[in-house]
Amino acid sequence: MKSWLMNPVLNKEFKLRFRSLKSFLGVLFYVLAIGIIVIGMIFVQQLSSMGGVNPEQSRELFMMLSVLQFALIIFITPGLTAGVISSERERQTLNILLTTSQSSSSIIIGKLVSSVAFLLLLIIASLPLYSIVFLYGGISPRELLTVFALNVFTVFVVGSLGVMFSTFIRKTIAAMVTTYGVMLFLVGGTGFLALIATSFTQMSQTGTPTTNILVYLLAMFNTPITLVNLFQPSIGEEIARMSGVSFPLWIAHLISYTFIFITAIVLSVRKLRPKMKAKK
Amino acid sequence: MIEIIGLTKQYGKFTALDHLDLHIGEGTVFGFVGQNGAGKSTTFSILATLLAPTSGTAFVNGYNILKDPKKVREQIGYMPDFFGVYDQLKAEEYLDFYGASYGISVNERKKLIPQLLELVNLTDKRDSYVDLLSRGMKQRLCLARSLIHDPEVLILDEPASGLDPRARIEMREILKELKAMGKTILISSHILPELAEMCDVIGIIDQGKLKAQGSVAEIQEKLQGAKSMMVKVNRNIERAFAFFEDNPDISEIERHEDGASIQFLFKGNAEAQQQLLKACIMQELDLVSFAEIETDLEDVFMEITNGGMES
Repeated sequence: MKSWLMNPVLNKEFKLRFRSLKSFLGVLFYVLAIGIIVIGMIFVQQLSSMGGVNPEQSRELFMMLSVLQFALIIFITPGLTAGVISSERERQTLNILLTTSQSSSSIIIGKLVSSVAFLLLLIIASLPLYSIVFLYGGISPRELLTVFALNVFTVFVVGSLGVMFSTFIRKTIAAMVTTYGVMLFLVGGTGFLALIATSFTQMSQTGTPTTNILVYLLAMFNTPITLVNLFQPSIGEEIARMSGVSFPLWIAHLISYTFIFITAIVLSVRKLRPKMKAKK
Repeated sequence: MIEIIGLTKQYGKFTALDHLDLHIGEGTVFGFVGQNGAGKSTTFSILATLLAPTSGTAFVNGYNILKDPKKVREQIGYMPDFFGVYDQLKAEEYLDFYGASYGISVNERKKLIPQLLELVNLTDKRDSYVDLLSRGMKQRLCLARSLIHDPEVLILDEPASGLDPRARIEMREILKELKAMGKTILISSHILPELAEMCDVIGIIDQGKLKAQGSVAEIQEKLQGAKSMMVKVNRNIERAFAFFEDNPDISEIERHEDGASIQFLFKGNAEAQQQLLKACIMQELDLVSFAEIETDLEDVFMEITNGGMES
């Protein structure tokens, strides 16, 4: 396989990305939105604590910022990726692209990486805001890096789902709705179901302690739980206690999401071009 | 070279292509004619490996579209009937992108792109944004794109549709150049005269079936079972007219306004044609010319496709 830098789709998308004002404005508003919220939160904290800086508060702020950024990324990624193939189909440029000798995997990966690259840019552009939080202490660089890595990882997984639905569904709008729906389930749905499962486990805890593996399985697929678990390891311990599974939750999350990622990419590559049905 | 064998495409109950067999030799310009929805674009899409056939197969330069779609893509330059372009991409970059998609090196692309722009008369537009070009220019640019990997076979779906007369002529000139370069060209149109002039062979497709194939004259002969003939006389046109009218092999005889020409359909073979000419001379008709002519293609086309509908 050719190196990614030689990928024609990727090169073209990079070139075009910043030819329109849209992308510049995107970065501006993203940083602005996060910036306003962070400064607002600092302001509120200052008010409530009557001045003075508390590292515990700073840590809280970092968590909130991370969750906020995470939510924004999950919100933006489907919009950026769920149209990559279907919009080419709608604009009637896909047919021509598919008759070139470029491989399906090269097209899919080029499309995914080019959209994801823009999201990475957003994340990197927001890093200076984290430095405000750093100023007050309370968090380690390691934590920051972990959050950053989890963000990047999630962007790739959500992006791969977007690309997959974009390949399978003809209309961009339908592909986006589907991707948002699936993300809503992965973020909210699994969390909600995990809560229900938890309450069932607690209810039946009157006699001998029972465990419910479902709690673990649902939590494994839930990104917010994984994120919060980074700051509050007690959540992971609680889940391990209820489910009886002591395997680290974040590793299970990485494995399950890597599986989703690979499946989505493989299915997209297969679906992009029609099967010509090779007869034996 | 293109070899199509029993190609069939069904969409549910609708049969878009019905056991199509076709052989197109190397360097041939083959015109595919048919009404909208007759199956032209379906055939082209299958050949371009964009659509899987229900049954049957095709070979492009010996590569099976079912088994070697990748190789087939390398052999063909495809221009769809409808296509879009990317926004904010310049003509030069447009070609560069597709060149890269065919794995052509940067240096080679740099040499190739000016040549292609020259071929389609777009050199002065190389820095223009593609989406702002006129329709005719876009069509020409798309043609240049389909040539970027120097394919031996060109599959052009309605390359002149929606163009004004001038752009149409420009397109035709470019196609002539390509023909001179020895490319095998498969070109479609729903307007016959557009094709007749530059095609070696014409295939008429209707309701997914090939109704006729051959040169324009051959098609006519095959379909009408007769060839159009025109005789010119120096004088005594009435006598000549009466002579031809009496011949049972001659039909649809008519006199031209110039008062010297008679046109008719003749059913006989070459032998009979020779006998007819001999008889003319024996009868001392004052002939100055006796020749087969090509009739208006549109008449032929209408006849064939209408016939298809009736059956």
